[in-house]
Amino acid sequence: MIKVEQKLFQNRYRVDAGRSHITIKQPELCANACIEQQCTTCCPAGCYIAEGNGKVVLITDGCLECGTCRIICDEHRNVEWDWPRGGFGVLFKFG
Amino acid sequence: MAEKFDVIVVGAGMAGNAAAYTAAQAGLKVLQIERGEYPGSKNVQGAILYSDAIEKIIPDFRDTAPLERHLIEQRVWILDDDSFVGSNYRSEEFNRQPFNRYTIIRTQFDKWFSEQVTKAGGLVICETTVQELLMDGKRVIGVRTDRRNGDVFADCVILAEGVNSRLAKRAGFHEELNPKDIALAVKEIHFLPQETIESRFNIGEDEGVVIEMAGKITAGMMGTAFLYTNKESITLGIGCMLSDFKHQKITPYQLLERLKEHPAIKPLLAGSEMKEYAAHLIPEGGYNAMPPVFGEGWMITGDAGMFVNGIHREGSNLAMTTGQMAAQTLIDLKAAGKEFSAKNLRNYRERLDASFVMKDLKKYRNLPGVFHKNPQFFTTYPELLNRAAHTMLKVDGIDKKSKTKDIRGSFVKARSLFGLFGDAFKLWHAFSAR
Repeated sequence: MIKVEQKLFQNRYRVDAGRSHITIKQPELCANACIEQQCTTCCPAGCYIAEGNGKVVLITDGCLECGTCRIICDEHRNVEWDWPRGGFGVLFKFG
Repeated sequence: MAEKFDVIVVGAGMAGNAAAYTAAQAGLKVLQIERGEYPGSKNVQGAILYSDAIEKIIPDFRDTAPLERHLIEQRVWILDDDSFVGSNYRSEEFNRQPFNRYTIIRTQFDKWFSEQVTKAGGLVICETTVQELLMDGKRVIGVRTDRRNGDVFADCVILAEGVNSRLAKRAGFHEELNPKDIALAVKEIHFLPQETIESRFNIGEDEGVVIEMAGKITAGMMGTAFLYTNKESITLGIGCMLSDFKHQKITPYQLLERLKEHPAIKPLLAGSEMKEYAAHLIPEGGYNAMPPVFGEGWMITGDAGMFVNGIHREGSNLAMTTGQMAAQTLIDLKAAGKEFSAKNLRNYRERLDASFVMKDLKKYRNLPGVFHKNPQFFTTYPELLNRAAHTMLKVDGIDKKSKTKDIRGSFVKARSLFGLFGDAFKLWHAFSAR
């Protein structure tokens, strides 16, 4: 089974280092109150990783800017989501 | 940046470009703001272009727009795990000019569309993200961008920022999107020599094929998959509702990988080079999920206003048409010397209501609900159809009457007679609504 990283490797990005456009509002909420942690399944870029200790880690470098994580987190509304700064983020070659 | 514009258009996708072009062409002072490096660099679509919508905006688009292949054949496949039942429609009529549909590559097409905006006199600024709408009470008076001294003012702001519609939400014009109204689609573009594509799909130069797929490939979720032929590439994608994605454990990329491994698809992609992987949301909630689309000094167009007809795979054409209508509303109001108040911008909604846009969306308003409540359309039926085909086509010494009886029995067993009639009625009712 191909890994998502191999897919993302084909894409072009201009990463805004140190400025994540998406953040988890309260990390302890993911760890303690969210059973399904669906962001770790549904994010098409695999940006959300379920750690062994119950925590969810978010790395937005490969983000495809779709909005899935924000919309599926509808019980806890724990995703702070914005567009990257102008010119940053994924830059589609074909779209 | 203290000057004032007639209209600021946020976003340079199909809706934004249609609005900016139409307004600029009529002499309005237009500023268009795009967050991507260039127009198109943030935009994702299958993509199929319906000629009608763009023709009404730029009649001679065929002369200069980057188009891949005009479509002469449509295949519809219902897939089981390792088989499919399908139908083809191919016609020489689709091979006569002017062509009705084309495959396009969005980054290229959008760049071209944006050049037309500039030529028409619109000012296009890229690499700039609009952070919020500037308000005077309830009235939108401009936008705040992420540039230094980035406040810009206008008499009206047309929101064409796509499905996520951040600005309208932040301003309180509508609520957060509901997972049941949104589909997530992922796709890849695979490159192959032009001759290989043409021989694999039995098509000539510039001719194209689309394959629409449903069935086991969506793993029980409400969704579909597609394959489009471009000039030197194939686009393959699959999309399902977020409300379904939310309750299962398959990742979107696993779903796409499975599709690529399906015996009906695999040979079509053999030897290709994958060059991009993209994801995008599609607002499929339809008429019942639409937000308000106008107010004091603002209008919403395209995906941001949920202008998508999921059943007919129409979206970019609705985006263009709504963009054009929003701009036309401003042009007419300005010519009449009227201000861009909510009372006057109601005209935009009236135009939409009188056009195919709202008529179609209204007609199909109950379909999303029917499919949500009846997953058998995506699970049981594909399997039954494939098994029926297999039973009928396999030569094994069993008489055809017994086979027909077997098939009928399998349908009744899976859905009961009552269920079968019920399903047929639900579909008929939802499709024939007015």
